Amino acid sequence: MIITEKQSKKLSLVVFSGDFDKAVAAFTMATGAAAVNYEVNMFFTFWGLNIVKLKKGRRFKGKGLPAGMFNFLSGGFKNLPMSRLNFLGTSTKIMTSLMKKRNVATLKQLTEAAVALNINLYICEMSMVILGLEKKDFIPEIKEILGVAKFLELSENGRTLFI
Amino acid sequence: MTFVKTKLELEKLKTGEILEVILSSGEPLENVPKSAVEQGYRILGITRVEGNVYRVEIEK
Repeated sequence: MIITEKQSKKLSLVVFSGDFDKAVAAFTMATGAAAVNYEVNMFFTFWGLNIVKLKKGRRFKGKGLPAGMFNFLSGGFKNLPMSRLNFLGTSTKIMTSLMKKRNVATLKQLTEAAVALNINLYICEMSMVILGLEKKDFIPEIKEILGVAKFLELSENGRTLFI
Repeated sequence: MTFVKTKLELEKLKTGEILEVILSSGEPLENVPKSAVEQGYRILGITRVEGNVYRVEIEK
C-alpha cells in the first residue's frame, strides 16, 4: 500500500482515562499535532467520557439506578481527578491555578483549542450503552458515536495513542 | 502549546497581515518560527526584547 505524506500525518488518540492530568496530556498532544496540520481524532471511551459530558458537574444521569449513581459519582469536566495525589480534588484546582500562573494553557483552554482546530471528537458507543447515556448528554462538538471497527478505519495509516 | 496559540491567532488574520508573537528562548523560539515556515507563513524578523524574551513577526 502506498502511504502518501498527507495520509501519514494523522494522529488518533483513544482517551480512556478521565484523569485530569492524562486529559491535559491527551489534549496537549492533540492540539500540538492539529496546529501543525495533522488530522487528529480523539476517541473518548469509558472514564474519558467524563471529559466531554455536556454537564460539567455531577449529574444523576443514565438509565436506571446503578448507571445514575455511577455517572453521579464520576461527575463531569469539573470533577476530573488527578491520577496521583488527588487530595479529594483539590490538586486539580491547585494545578489549574499553577498552569494559569505559569502561562501554560489550562485544560479548558486546551479543549477550546481542540474545537477551534477542528479536531474530530468521537465517543464510544459501547461505553455509552453501559452507562445508559445518549449523544445529547455530551458536548455538541462530538462528531459521531463510534465502535472499534469505525475507529480502526479512521485511524488507519496514522499513529494511534492510548491514554 | 505555544504554536497552538500562534496558529489560532494566525487563522484570524487575512493574508498579508502580520502577527507579533512574544516568545521565550529555548523550545518556543526554536519551534514556533520553524512550524510557521513549514506551514507556509513568512518570518519577517526575530528581535530580542529583553533577557530571554524575543519578538517574532509572522506574515500570513
